[in-house]
Amino acid sequence: MKIRKKISFLLNDKILELDNFSPSLTLLDFLRLEKNLNGTKEGCNEGDCGACTVLVGRLVDGKLIYESVNACIRFIGSLDGTHIVSIEHLKSATGELHPIQLAIVKYHASQCGFCTPGIILSLYGLLMSKPKANKDDIEKALQGNLCRCTGYASIIRAVEAIVNDGGLENDLLINEKKTITKKLQKMQIVGRVEISNKAGEFIIPKDVDDLALLLEKKPNATLLAGSTDIGLWVNKDFKNISPVIYIASLDGLKEVKQGKNNLIIGAANNYSQSQKIIKKHFPQLADFLFNIGGNQIRNMGTFGGNIANGSPIADLAPPLFALGASLNLRKGKSTRKILLEDFYIAYGKQDLQQGEFIQNIEIPYLKDNEKYAIYKISKRKYEDISTVCASFKLTINNDKITKATLAYGGMAAKPSRAKKAEQQLLGQPFEEQIIEKAALALPNDFVPIDDVRATAQYRLLIAQNLLRKFYLEQAGLEQAGLGQKS
Amino acid sequence: MSKNTPHDSAKKHVTGEAIFIDDMVEPNGTLHAYLGLSEIAHGEIEKLDLSKVKAADGVVCILSAKDIIGENDISPMHLHDEPVFTEKLVEFYGQVIFAVVAKTRQAAKKAALLAKIKYKKLPVKVDIATALEEGAEQVAKPLHLKRGDVVTALKNSKNQLDGSMQIGGQEHFYLEGQIAFAIPSEDDEITIHSSTQHPSEVQQMVANVLDVPINAINVKVRRVGGAFGGKETQSNLFAIVAALAAKKTGRAVKLRPDREDDMKITGKRHDFLLDYEVGFDNEGRIKAMEANFAARCGFSADLSGPITDRTLFHADNCYYYPAASLTSQPLKTNTVSNTAFRGFGGPQGMLASERIIEEIAYSLGKDPLEIRKINFYGIDEKNTTPYHQVIKDNIIARLVDELEASSSYQNRRKQIINFNKSNKYTRKGIALTPVKFGISFTATWYNQAGALVHVYRDGSIMINHGGIEMGQGLHTKIAQIVASGFGVDLSEVKITATSTDKVPNTSATAASSGADLNGMAALDAVSKIKQRLIAFIIEKFNCKAEQIIFANGKVKIGKEKLNFAQLIEMAYLARVQLSDTGFYKTPNIHWDREKGKGNPFFYFSYGAAVSEVSIDMLTGQSKVSQVDILHDVGNSLNEALDIGQIEGGFVQGMGWLTSEEVAWNEEGKLSTFSPSTYKIPLASDVPEIFNVKLANWSKNPANTIKRSKAVGEPPLMLAISILEAISMAVASVADYKICPQLNTPATPENILMTIERLKNEIQN
Repeated sequence: MKIRKKISFLLNDKILELDNFSPSLTLLDFLRLEKNLNGTKEGCNEGDCGACTVLVGRLVDGKLIYESVNACIRFIGSLDGTHIVSIEHLKSATGELHPIQLAIVKYHASQCGFCTPGIILSLYGLLMSKPKANKDDIEKALQGNLCRCTGYASIIRAVEAIVNDGGLENDLLINEKKTITKKLQKMQIVGRVEISNKAGEFIIPKDVDDLALLLEKKPNATLLAGSTDIGLWVNKDFKNISPVIYIASLDGLKEVKQGKNNLIIGAANNYSQSQKIIKKHFPQLADFLFNIGGNQIRNMGTFGGNIANGSPIADLAPPLFALGASLNLRKGKSTRKILLEDFYIAYGKQDLQQGEFIQNIEIPYLKDNEKYAIYKISKRKYEDISTVCASFKLTINNDKITKATLAYGGMAAKPSRAKKAEQQLLGQPFEEQIIEKAALALPNDFVPIDDVRATAQYRLLIAQNLLRKFYLEQAGLEQAGLGQKS
Repeated sequence: MSKNTPHDSAKKHVTGEAIFIDDMVEPNGTLHAYLGLSEIAHGEIEKLDLSKVKAADGVVCILSAKDIIGENDISPMHLHDEPVFTEKLVEFYGQVIFAVVAKTRQAAKKAALLAKIKYKKLPVKVDIATALEEGAEQVAKPLHLKRGDVVTALKNSKNQLDGSMQIGGQEHFYLEGQIAFAIPSEDDEITIHSSTQHPSEVQQMVANVLDVPINAINVKVRRVGGAFGGKETQSNLFAIVAALAAKKTGRAVKLRPDREDDMKITGKRHDFLLDYEVGFDNEGRIKAMEANFAARCGFSADLSGPITDRTLFHADNCYYYPAASLTSQPLKTNTVSNTAFRGFGGPQGMLASERIIEEIAYSLGKDPLEIRKINFYGIDEKNTTPYHQVIKDNIIARLVDELEASSSYQNRRKQIINFNKSNKYTRKGIALTPVKFGISFTATWYNQAGALVHVYRDGSIMINHGGIEMGQGLHTKIAQIVASGFGVDLSEVKITATSTDKVPNTSATAASSGADLNGMAALDAVSKIKQRLIAFIIEKFNCKAEQIIFANGKVKIGKEKLNFAQLIEMAYLARVQLSDTGFYKTPNIHWDREKGKGNPFFYFSYGAAVSEVSIDMLTGQSKVSQVDILHDVGNSLNEALDIGQIEGGFVQGMGWLTSEEVAWNEEGKLSTFSPSTYKIPLASDVPEIFNVKLANWSKNPANTIKRSKAVGEPPLMLAISILEAISMAVASVADYKICPQLNTPATPENILMTIERLKNEIQN
């Protein structure tokens, strides 16, 4: 097999090749410490504030797309074959400002200026994919960018003005698209990438078979995809993650199959891409993905990563539990299928053997007689970790509930179903007093904890109220509360 | 002056070319320091073993209490209650014990975690309740404001009500974290680049800890990436440690804590436990107000004294109390020492006044706005505050009337009450709240400023002043003042980094005073140079002063016209002094703290906001649908910048009162120490409709720079309207008959649990 001992990428207008780097070198440190590109700022070093936002262009099915990402938790090795755009790229060679930069100046949308480069790149990513972005789109694009000075109103006005003026015409990256695509295509060399230096190893397998092989040889390797969690292991806990096997660029982990009864979605699809894929069959889930992280996190974090990580507040677990999703796991040449809810064994423990990885997720389609919804409650509505996440699916046959899944996150040491509450529903009509019985049975299922996000008492009440809300919405009785914004 | 001039650094902000301290070119051999923190909240250090720290990769040296040359004290009040490095006694979780200096920041960070420290733990006082139970030790002298006989007035009132309220704290979350970069030079000289609001204090503190004269230290600040009060005293520590390390190693040393450590090491807005008793008549007129403000100050005084003083100064907001007795209780706790934060204690005081308005309104079944209005300070009577200052510039009634009409408050309130009757699961609320904020440092000596203006031979001008640019656009306003003074284009005026070797003995850029103080000082310097130029022209052109006009980059002398630059060159050759300093001190202010009487404020800034919210009765989530603001900045120096301050201040206040929750666990460890657990507002939290207008008819009757008014802090308190609107939505549960007594922040949990409490109260 061909083995490449270097990675290559485009940084603004330069092609760079690296053959000697630490597997945990972040893009932010690379830009600031090695390239003196100081326009990209460090605000939190954990992917939550967006001051370090840059754009990463990559080829998806041969087409070049740009996504905003947090440079602070993105490892340099993961940029192989991409185009990194930092704020320094936007000003023209003759010193003219980019239209977004001009608008930010004109609408007084920078104050201290520290968050501004990151905000501009988030907006750039937005306007390239949605030239007619509305206020809601702008807000969503900025959910991963904190600004403490402006109150955002001036920033929103600036973007609205650009859109009203016809969006980005004759724009830098749009004009460069063809040449950049060609340059990136040249970098897509088939083969395995192996980098090793004194700090450790960074490997990009050739394909999924190669990954299976590598993982058998190096069962303790860290599987790296979106790095939205692993980035924190490194930055906050100084964890040694070597050897790293980077999987988010493997096409074989991004395959999507629309079967007759189910949708199969590759584990390495990020949330933003997944949103497009699942929208048709699972609109509720597609909307719900906006409740995960900020836009940069949605552009990085993957379906498989959220599951494999095993957190009790993994946001995908409840909605996928309720849908009856399964995982296809692979180890060496063998594969096995496991129901997602069986995958979570205990706190921090999943049914995943050494050398095994999640290849894809199988989600059965919803049927006409199934009622389904997802809710997430957090202190701040967006870019926040769940206090409680809930997803319900009820199957109704001949006016009776014949199957019930009430799945919760944040209520126990792992994402869990409320099986005792479900029992109250089975064989019963879909009526308010029946739902109420199930709600009252929830304390038998869960003994939640007090923590920084909420008290146990509130968690339990919310868990019950979300079930009540589900009934009200499904029964069409009343616009129940503020609902999820989508 | 143009009312729409962009921020002087705007073009550099958007290109990433604006240089923050961490972006500066580092001298060869620059070292990096990192701090070692305590892991208990209260106790004694029995053994400090730093051998592994010392032996770690890349480590150059270690600093602890014994390396301090001068005084081991960073108390801004010089009370010796806050060491740089604690030697024995640990008083909060995250207190600095040592620093490690290494070749890279990463190496220093890693090494700092290798310390082995043995503690003898002592009992921990984390919250206000415990502090009160355990002897109520105070970090500063409490203040008591008293006017009239409150006991008798309460007794004689037709109605009395009492209650209490928990008011939450707030983390500054400036986007650029704390940072200092010290570069040593010959003799004792050290230049320190510090992200601070108060370079003169940094300078003085460093000199004191290093035991060198103040003139050895130069502190420079080009720009600060957000501060909000969090860099008024809190930046001292970092500058001192960097300077100590630079002194010890002879190398340039940078110190920048991680966000999490920044949040653990630095103080926050004070949280309070408020107890109140109010007496009022049947129309809702307040007759007497008694309140106690117990504040969690943390382990040391820092600025808690003046902050809790300001709480009392604003416990009246816009309302006249015929009799008042207000007391502060600055409590010592085993938490980080709380500090200045936009409003400086004022917002918490104002919440007290708005709470009693609500109490009265709900008990009488009236719209809180009606109660607000009948209690407004009068113009010629009912105009004396609890601190005995007579208010002479009261415009609140006009402001509120205009906003009430322009926002269709009455109509919308009716619609909302109807909406709430027919909707079980969504409830709405609307509230109009006023703001009156006293302008001046209550430490009277702080109300002074200096400036330095140079005019060069080509006509270009350089201005330097004591204020700090931290995003608010101060430099832009000052440059505008200078440009308009000389009648030249703004592009002729260069603003340079604030530097203690250019303008000495400056005050913190705080208390909203930046433009008021430094603008006047800059104008003074401009006037002095201009007078000399005029004298020169009179002599040279044999004309009268009235014939000379400086405008549009030209100097008109009767019928003759000169370019400004031509005039300057002529003046230079004639040996006219083209450089001068300016100075300003605020007139007519005095304050006798012992007596609780005086005239602490030069003037007041006013404003009002109407907020409309909806809440989800099943989850407690809230959403702001509309905000209308009418705010008084006098004759605005720059409307665009002022509106930016109003919008930004409002949203920051909204965060304080809704999603931002500071919490400690039982052991005293801060549990909200990162953006993943501490939630400031996002773009998607901004009001759907957000109308901000300036009261453009207002001119400051006090003689301020161009009759403008300060704008930094007051708008934050407009966000109290959000809390009151949420409160109304919650009150709908009990048909507006019970005051919800909502604590802050009004998180979804807090709102839902308050709804549940009200439901139970009706049932019982």
